[in-house]
Amino acid sequence: MSSFQMQFMLLFSRQGKLRLQKWYVPLSDKEKKKITRELVQTVLARKPKMCSFLEWRDLKVVYKRYASLYFCCAVENQDNELITLEIIHRYVELLDKYFGSVCELDIIFNFEKAYFILDEFLLGGEAQETSKKNVLKAIEQADLLQENVDFQTRLFAGVMVPGLASESSGLFQN
Amino acid sequence: MPAVSKGDGMRGLAVFISDIRNCKSKEAEIKRINKELANIRSKFKGDKALDGYSKKKYVCKLLFIFLLGHDIDFGHMEAVNLLSSNKYTEKQIGYLFISVLVNSNSDLIRLINNGIKNDLNSRNPTFMNLALHCIANVGSREMAEAFASDIPRILVAGDTMDSVKQSAALCLLRLNRTSPDLVPMGEWTARVVHLLNDQHLGVVTAATSLITTLAQKSPDDFKTSVALSVARLSRIVTSASIDLQDYTYYFVAAPWLSVKLLRLLQCYPPPEDASLRSRLTECLETILNKAQEPPKSKKVQHSNAKNAVLFEAISLIIHHDSEPTLLVRACNQLGQFLQHRETNLRYLALESMCMLASSEFSHEAVKTHMETVINALKTERDVSVRQRAVDLLYAMCDRSNAKQIVAEMLTYLENADYSIREEIVLKVAILAEKYAVDYTWYVDTILNLIRIAGDYVSEEVWYRVIQIVINRDDVQGYAAKTVFEALQAPACHENLVKVGGYILGEFGNLIAGDSRSSPLVQFNLLHSKFHLCSVPTRALLLSAYIKFINLFPEVKITIQDVLRSDSQLRNADVELQQRAVEYLRLSCIASTDILATVLEEMPPFPERESSILAKLKKKKGRGNLPVIDDTRRNVNGNVEHAEKTEAPNQVSTPSFTDLLNLNSAPGPGGNLLVDVFSDNAALSSTDVCEENFSRFVCKNNGVIFENQLLQIGLKSEYRQNLGRMYVFYGNKTSTQFLSFTSSLSVLDSFSPQLNMHVKTVDPVIEGGAQVQQILNMECVSDFTEAPVLKVQFRYGGMLQNLAVKLPVMLNKFFQPTEMTSQDFFQRWKQLGAPEQEVQKIFKAKLPMDTEVTKAKIIGFGVALLDRVDPNPENFVGAGVIHTKSIQVGCLLRLEPNAQAQMYRLTLRTSRESVSRRLCDLLSEQF
Repeated sequence: MSSFQMQFMLLFSRQGKLRLQKWYVPLSDKEKKKITRELVQTVLARKPKMCSFLEWRDLKVVYKRYASLYFCCAVENQDNELITLEIIHRYVELLDKYFGSVCELDIIFNFEKAYFILDEFLLGGEAQETSKKNVLKAIEQADLLQENVDFQTRLFAGVMVPGLASESSGLFQN
Repeated sequence: MPAVSKGDGMRGLAVFISDIRNCKSKEAEIKRINKELANIRSKFKGDKALDGYSKKKYVCKLLFIFLLGHDIDFGHMEAVNLLSSNKYTEKQIGYLFISVLVNSNSDLIRLINNGIKNDLNSRNPTFMNLALHCIANVGSREMAEAFASDIPRILVAGDTMDSVKQSAALCLLRLNRTSPDLVPMGEWTARVVHLLNDQHLGVVTAATSLITTLAQKSPDDFKTSVALSVARLSRIVTSASIDLQDYTYYFVAAPWLSVKLLRLLQCYPPPEDASLRSRLTECLETILNKAQEPPKSKKVQHSNAKNAVLFEAISLIIHHDSEPTLLVRACNQLGQFLQHRETNLRYLALESMCMLASSEFSHEAVKTHMETVINALKTERDVSVRQRAVDLLYAMCDRSNAKQIVAEMLTYLENADYSIREEIVLKVAILAEKYAVDYTWYVDTILNLIRIAGDYVSEEVWYRVIQIVINRDDVQGYAAKTVFEALQAPACHENLVKVGGYILGEFGNLIAGDSRSSPLVQFNLLHSKFHLCSVPTRALLLSAYIKFINLFPEVKITIQDVLRSDSQLRNADVELQQRAVEYLRLSCIASTDILATVLEEMPPFPERESSILAKLKKKKGRGNLPVIDDTRRNVNGNVEHAEKTEAPNQVSTPSFTDLLNLNSAPGPGGNLLVDVFSDNAALSSTDVCEENFSRFVCKNNGVIFENQLLQIGLKSEYRQNLGRMYVFYGNKTSTQFLSFTSSLSVLDSFSPQLNMHVKTVDPVIEGGAQVQQILNMECVSDFTEAPVLKVQFRYGGMLQNLAVKLPVMLNKFFQPTEMTSQDFFQRWKQLGAPEQEVQKIFKAKLPMDTEVTKAKIIGFGVALLDRVDPNPENFVGAGVIHTKSIQVGCLLRLEPNAQAQMYRLTLRTSRESVSRRLCDLLSEQF
């Protein structure tokens, strides 16, 4: 009986572009690339009504699609699939709350934030803080410590390239 | 519509990301990236000191490039610099870069650890958290060494902020997973367990994960966590959902923490303390009750969170396997989920029920859901769900429902996804064997299996059916009849031909009385398939034919004609040709008695675990395979059929697969049939005798082989790259050896390095006589493999085959070289490259005697150099290996350590292969 441990989390788009990768077990870059390639293919090939869990190698993959993005976690075989599914959901909620109606473009252009939020929520593959309020508090506190805030932000909008429609649609669009 | 960036946008980064997104092709992207890399490199190298913001921006760009999948080989130093920045965002980017691009560069690790140490000691909770996140993300051994002792202190200190405690707990957990030896918990244990009582649920959540991991490793040390977990769990499950404020998730109280607590409890058996136990039972009952309540929200998150806790509770109930009421309730609950509209729940219910099926208390309850599960097998649209259904059917199978389940699985197999066919085949084969009351059903099932999914029937499956038929004489007649009928089909799978050929070859006589399956009909039927089959199957059929000759003398002529045809006798495949030749010859010359002996029915196979089961275990991994547990069934009153069959006259039967492995040549004393007639038998089949080989490393004369019939002695002399060996064959019996031949076989890679020439010997060796054979050899270049001498002769009508490895080693071509101490060390130094030296340290196998050692070194072929080594205990030697192509100078040094009874042997030559070979040879001598 093992304790709950997530092995890795991947975010990728419907086009198969990797948007975020977090590895909780040591693997070589080559191995990571191989896993990513295989898993993206496998998950994208699945049909919408299929179940959110699949056995893959000796792991269990739990995935869910939000708008244009797939969130995909690999856990150990004995792990709790449903709670993993809700880990994904809570992470999406956190992103949504932080960015304000998050879309794929937010994660592309602010990838570092997506990592910071994830670190506050999950550490070493385990849920560290499950309270939405507490996680956001931690991130916002950090933001308060920053400088140059608004000046940079407003300029940011000006350099936007038009994204794919899907990339700019909110993950919670439904 | 555009993304809103909170905090500090980095304009340059955004522009760069936009550019990359605008690239129309991979090439354009790479070009843009290379441009950026060049730019960043020049900025980092430039004279102008970069400000923190720019540094952060460039490091972030590098990170982005890396995450796109490109290699990054610089910027690490700048990232490390960011760690010491006072600005949070700069520090943060520095840590992120390091977490993502872990570098084992030791200098950097020291610097990184330094930065982490500063932040850990800063007493600034946000900085401390960044540092702890970094340790947890990287989790390297160096970090464990540096911080494993600090983190427990931070974790349990009274003045540590809650958020830091949470990070510290999980950081420790990560280090414990990667380097458990470096994380001493002893003195902290009690205080860590006590964190389960913490007021802050976030701290409890993080601590529970840590304690679970620690408890798995040393359950005794963390025993007290059981009572605390039960208390905590009880408070959560009985709380009104609003009590826990933000830890309530879609009206479910602290689902993550509940799941973790339930998981922690799975590290332990049910509590012994009665009140604790009843409190836990209450909790579990409450969780089961809640599942029956109407949902508080229609959102899937609500039901997922609630059911996550429920499934974990069921796991705990199954783990305890001690409360029949709970087990049956769990089973009923899962039964409801089996028909739920959510695919996810159906999947999980099937999975959980698999575990319940192996409990004696709930096995019967699980069985009541059989129809639903069978239905799932037929109607589920998702293959992974169907797979779960197959697993569950397999787990719930027992004697009472085996026929139905096997039938359903067979039906399903016809349309099953290719990905799971092989597994279903294995499962059907196992169930059919395990629950067969009458073996006719078993035979039918397996033949059906081959008919439906022949391509997915692995060797193990058809081996096993033959094994069982041979061991059970009550089914042999039926099996013969059934395969005979099955073979009537115009197109049948090759696996069926194999089973058919084997079974008719053994038991065809049992149905030969019926004119519809007379010997000739049987033979014609089999032979009609022959030409469509692969070589191994044809080989098997040829064996069946020779068995027919024994069983049915009336078809002998027909079969001999077949064997005699050009397509057999001159078949391009050696194996087939050899069989045809041998079998034909056997049928012509052997008397009926000999035939009957040689072609006797196969003896029963020794009982062993089904190789199919082993294969399934291997395929599924132990954890995934539902246990078919006999003890459980015995509790239910179904006494297992003892599968031990008496196996008389078991004469060291070789393993089953070997017997059927018709491609490989038989070993000595293995398959009688082939040995007796192996005039042309592949000599490689005989084991090569190497017993005395190493004794000849340091000497040239002696007896290399001896058995009851024959003695082989050697005398050899070498000069530079030439050698001559006299081989003496002594007939120890009083009878003639006939057709005596001896030849050299050289192993593949070997021949060009050593030329050998053998003079032939007289084919007859009289009883008690000795004959001599001369072997000339020339060493062309350095070599490793020794030649093998193959000897063959007839003694009393029996063909004898043996193979002896001849002691022709590289060191035989040594010429000793005397030299002075000065010369020696000068050359020793010249041969100092790492690939020129080979060293071995080994334990003395023989008593350490200086004189013997000296003799051996001289025997090895080198000159023993006196007073060269400053240490008089050591031996040094020098010599030159002569080959036709080159000469290789060689120095050796042997250092005995009498106290430790060890030697160190060092060889230096200009060729690595020579050094290695010589070292291997000599190190075996002491």
